[in-house]
This record gives sequence, structure tokens and C-alpha cells, in this order.
Amino acid sequence: MTAQFSSTFAQSSHTLQARDLACVRGERKLFSNISFDLSAGDCLHVRGENGVGKTSLLRLLTGLSKPEVGQVLWNHELITKQVNQYHRNLLFLGHRDALKEEFSALENLQAYAALDGIDLPHEKALAALWRFGLRGRENLPVNYLSAGQKRRVLMARMLTRRAQLWILDEPFNALDVNAVALLEGLMAEHLTSGGILVLTSHQAIHIPNVKALDL
Amino acid sequence: MSALFAVVHRDLLLVARRKSEVLTALFFFVVVTSLFPLGIGADAALLRKIAPGVIWVAALLSTLLGLHRMFAADYADGALEQMALSPQPMVMIVAGKILAHWIVCGLPLVILAPLIGIQFDLDNSSLYVLMGTLLLGTPVLSLLGSIGAALTLGVRGGGLLVSLLILPLYTPVLIFGAGAVYANSVGLDTSGHFSLLGAIFILALAFVPWVSATAVKIAIE
Repeated sequence: MTAQFSSTFAQSSHTLQARDLACVRGERKLFSNISFDLSAGDCLHVRGENGVGKTSLLRLLTGLSKPEVGQVLWNHELITKQVNQYHRNLLFLGHRDALKEEFSALENLQAYAALDGIDLPHEKALAALWRFGLRGRENLPVNYLSAGQKRRVLMARMLTRRAQLWILDEPFNALDVNAVALLEGLMAEHLTSGGILVLTSHQAIHIPNVKALDL
Repeated sequence: MSALFAVVHRDLLLVARRKSEVLTALFFFVVVTSLFPLGIGADAALLRKIAPGVIWVAALLSTLLGLHRMFAADYADGALEQMALSPQPMVMIVAGKILAHWIVCGLPLVILAPLIGIQFDLDNSSLYVLMGTLLLGTPVLSLLGSIGAALTLGVRGGGLLVSLLILPLYTPVLIFGAGAVYANSVGLDTSGHFSLLGAIFILALAFVPWVSATAVKIAIE
């Protein structure tokens, strides 16, 4: 049994737009005049040196922080005007894995599914974990897993979350060669089924139709 | 509403996995309240007189012990950020965390109170009043405490700061909670105390979740 994307997204007309974004941290201006348009199937690779503001840009896009100047639009409407609607379509994975160490991989998936308001049957959660090589470890507390295995749990969450927009901060960290291939496959599936992907990474990514944004 | 229950379920399950932290707070309550009768000796009249104050102060301090845990662990590992990004209103999530804190740190105090009260030679009616005030008062402690816990997120030495911020806010609950038990023991009417405690509880319930949710949002920005 392998877990696949259950369905392509009903309307694939979703768009994410950034208009003249600027970010200021303390006295320093990190970036300004960042604009882009992403529609279904687009992938944006944010590149730049350490400390140039990649994570800050991603957090602006999620709505966790507010831009100094500029706007973020989801389906041509400000994200601050439709927070819950936007968050329903959004999956953001940051530096920290946000997994509870006391919970098993399976319980972590289920706890997040309950929070995200998704119906996640037991078999589906198991299948997602198995697909990413966690067979036999699904009931082990997460603090017994290695950094790479925790990342694999997150990949299972990406699969089960069913969000149209993925915003991923350094998703390739701590992954071995096989896992990198698995993740790239997952991303390609997401894009072909009409999803949108924004990610930061210091390594080259092998997905078709990648737009690059250099900060 | 589903968010509230999801958070309560999750937090209670987490507590079940790390029992030591909760048991510490409860054990603290039991030990502190047991030390007074041992230290003061067998002067039953004096014990009856100080019982409401001692038990209520111990209850305040033991809820305080569990407060920093309400948001801090989720803040540190990024789970709070994920909750803020879930399609649920933050108020419901925060309310769920407050409810979970009360179930873990407040409710056991209500249940333990009669046992503790016996050590102070309280009579039956005083024990009922004590349980009643704790039942109305401990949710207020969890509610008000959540403001302090949210405001001190990411602050070094936040645990101590929470006590300084929150203990003054606890004084009305302490006064009316302990006051009701004392009034009952000298044969006065306690309905006024209960009404005021109830009013404080309703006010806190109406405003605090919004305040704490805003404080949490500011902390994760």
C-alpha cells in the first residue's frame, strides 16, 4: 500500500502574489521591492546568503509577521482579510520541526490533523509514514528518531495535510540521498496536482519549472 | 469548538506522557499544606482559623508552578507557530490550553481539598465551602495565569517574572475564596463571596482568552 495524493485540487486557479514586499529588522533593511506572482503548478526557489532574509520573507508570506511595506495576496485578496481561509490552504514548515518528542510519529500526525481540521483515518496516516521509510517506527516516541527521520515524519505530514500552498524553509536539511529523492518526488506530485510551492534551499533542486528568486 | 477539544486532548495526552511535571505541582500543594499543621502543633482552634488562608495560598502557588508550561514548550519547538497557522481561531486554541491547564493543575486541588481540610480540623460545611470556592476560583487562576505565561514567552527567566506579574492579579480570588471559608466558619452568610467569585470568573472567561491569544500572536511574530 502506498499513499498518494488523494485527488487533484478541485479548483486549480489559486494564486499567491507578493507586491513590493520590504522587511526591516531593527535598523537594517533586509530586502525591499520583492514582487512575484505564483499560480497553480509554480515553484519558487528563494536563494541567498545566510542572514539575507530568506526566512523572514517566508514568514511574511505565511502571515506570521507583517511586512513593513507591501502586500501578500492569496487569490487576489489580502491574506490578512481571510486569515482562516488562507491558513486552510497553507502548510508552513520552518527550521524547527514542531514535533512533540513525547508523541510517536503517528500521534504527531493525528494531533496536527485534528488541529488542522482534517479527517485523517488511521490507515492513511500509517500509509503516509510507510511511504517515507518509517515502517516499524510509527509508534516510537519521536525523540528516539534521528534528525533525518523527523524530517521524514514532516514529509508524511506534507502528504496528509492536503494544502494547496506549501512554504518550506530548508526542507532538504538533514536528509540522506534517498530522502532527498523522495522529497523531490513529493514536491513534483504536489506541483503537478496544481499546488504551489515556495522554498528556500542552498542546494540545487531537481524539479521542473522552478523559478528562482535571489535576495 | 473542535479546535478547543483537539488542543485539550493533545495537551492532556502530553501530560500523561510526562507525569512528573504535574505531580510536582500537586505534591507541592499537599506538602506545603501538610507542613503547617505539623509546624504549628495540635492547636485545633488556631488551625481552623488559618486553614482557609493557608490552603488558598498553597493553591495559588501550586497553579503558578505549572503555568510556565502552558505555552513555553510549544513555543520552543515551533508547535505554537503551527497552531497559529492552523485554520482555527487562535482564541479557541488558547482557551483549550487554559482548560487543559485547569484540568491538570486546578481540578485535582478541588478534589484534594477535603483531605487537606481534615488536617486543619475543618468541619463538614467548611469543607463544602472550601471545595466550592476552589471550584469557582481555580479556573480564574488558570485564566489569569495564561496572560502571564503568554506575555513572558521567549523571555529569559520567564518563570520568575510570571509570578511577579500574576500574583498581584490573584489577590481578589484569594480574598474572596479564603474569606468565604472563614465567614462560613463563624456562621456568616457566604453567598456574597460566591457571587463575587462567580462574577470574577465570568469576567475573566469573557476577556482573558482574547488577551492571551493576542499576547501569543505578538510573541511568535
